Amino acid sequence: MSNIPTDLRYTRDHEWAKREGGNVRVGITHYAQEQLGDVVFVELPKAGAPAAQRQSFGVVESVKAVSDLYAPVSGKVVEVNAELGKTPELVNQDPYGRGWMIVIKPSNAAEWDQLLTAKQYEEFLAQGGH
Amino acid sequence: METLLRRTPLYDIHVEAGARMVPFGGWEMPVQYTSIVGEHRAVRAAVGLFDVSHMGEFEVEGPEALAALQDATTNDVGALEVGQVQYSLLCYPDGGVVDDLTLYRLGPERFMMTVNAANIDKDWAWVTEKSATRRGARWRNVSAQTALIAVQGPRAEALVGRLADRGVAAIGYYRFAAGAVAGARGLISRTGYTGEDGFELYVAAADATRLWQALLDAGAHDGARPIGLGARDTLRLEMRYALYGNDIDQTTNPLEAGLGWVVKLAKGEFVGRKAIERVKAEGPRRRLVGLEMADRAVARHGYTVLKDGQAIGIVTSGSYGPSVDKSIALAYVATAHAAVGTELGVDIRGQARPARVVKTPFQPPRVKRAP
Repeated sequence: MSNIPTDLRYTRDHEWAKREGGNVRVGITHYAQEQLGDVVFVELPKAGAPAAQRQSFGVVESVKAVSDLYAPVSGKVVEVNAELGKTPELVNQDPYGRGWMIVIKPSNAAEWDQLLTAKQYEEFLAQGGH
Repeated sequence: METLLRRTPLYDIHVEAGARMVPFGGWEMPVQYTSIVGEHRAVRAAVGLFDVSHMGEFEVEGPEALAALQDATTNDVGALEVGQVQYSLLCYPDGGVVDDLTLYRLGPERFMMTVNAANIDKDWAWVTEKSATRRGARWRNVSAQTALIAVQGPRAEALVGRLADRGVAAIGYYRFAAGAVAGARGLISRTGYTGEDGFELYVAAADATRLWQALLDAGAHDGARPIGLGARDTLRLEMRYALYGNDIDQTTNPLEAGLGWVVKLAKGEFVGRKAIERVKAEGPRRRLVGLEMADRAVARHGYTVLKDGQAIGIVTSGSYGPSVDKSIALAYVATAHAAVGTELGVDIRGQARPARVVKTPFQPPRVKRAP
């Protein structure tokens, strides 16, 4: 069914997290963008803002709905995808690639291990995803 | 709860086509088949099919049918010719809106009224109670046996024309004719809710699936595709067509909603007239206006409209408008702030986002006008 890359970790709120050196890149999953439908607006924090695990760091809006975005790990936002300002549809077209949202410099390495593996996320979706 | 939702005759076809089904006004309806934005664009560029069989149809017939309708509706039914359609309203005595509707004159003493799905029971009780003393007006609720398929877009005329047993090009805007499309007999009405040229086809519920499939097959090379309620909403919003329950309801009067053009005070007595005359004399305190947002955040139903930090209105409908490529909304704002060009704000998640009052429709309509 859903497209779930095995090299990423996941949250129960349908964000993905990717380890890049010491940082973590964050976006929403293929399943999440499919549920939302056409993404028309993404509200993201500024670089330098703090992020706290399981706390909202932004908002994604589709034609029909508004959803909060939750940080997979705590830390500091070091990079923000400015491209989404003009082309939010990248979230639908390429959720694991050009549709990424922020990069976090983590402050607590232990949080990574609390995230779901691809297999766990797949099981979570199979149970209904909420 | 799911078992309480009603389904149209096309329900199985929608599910097979992979539509996402959602509850809407007591019905289980397709909100999208692929993507709302994609479906919206298909209607503006080619042609789309909408299942709107959930809408209600009442017939009224007899020597007092005209009088009953003159009393119940705000527009002048006396001016409606056989073969013509009229947009109109049912109002309460206080001027609040019971429902908006289209009225068809089927014959000198025979009419059909199309009403919103969520309001069928309320409207039926209202019109039959209002005309209970008119024995010469016989009402019939034909909603259950009637299916309604809208075919909308620049290629609608070619598609319907190919399948119809009569010419359709000569049917003018807000006119209808009896005829069969793909063998399904009914009314071919040049009306719609998208701002594009097109038709609404009223047929027997039993013929709905055959007609739907024939339209899809015959329209394949025109790019015909099924369109869900999501795109129906964005298409109508760009045209500023009111949606009952969002932009108009029992708490709004027709004048503040910009629907004064379907209220004919000169026609004589009708339910709501005195209240509407009073609003007219005093001038509406608020007006439904179009807003264009400066950024792409969506101003949604119920959000507060601000002027210099003060609440001066409320959003009734809002979305990204795929054809205008902007975030747009309809909102009631205090009359003092309703002029085109006025800079306002909308409270979106605690932040005042800049908005400007703009002319509506947001997108020029391309409906077929009389030559």
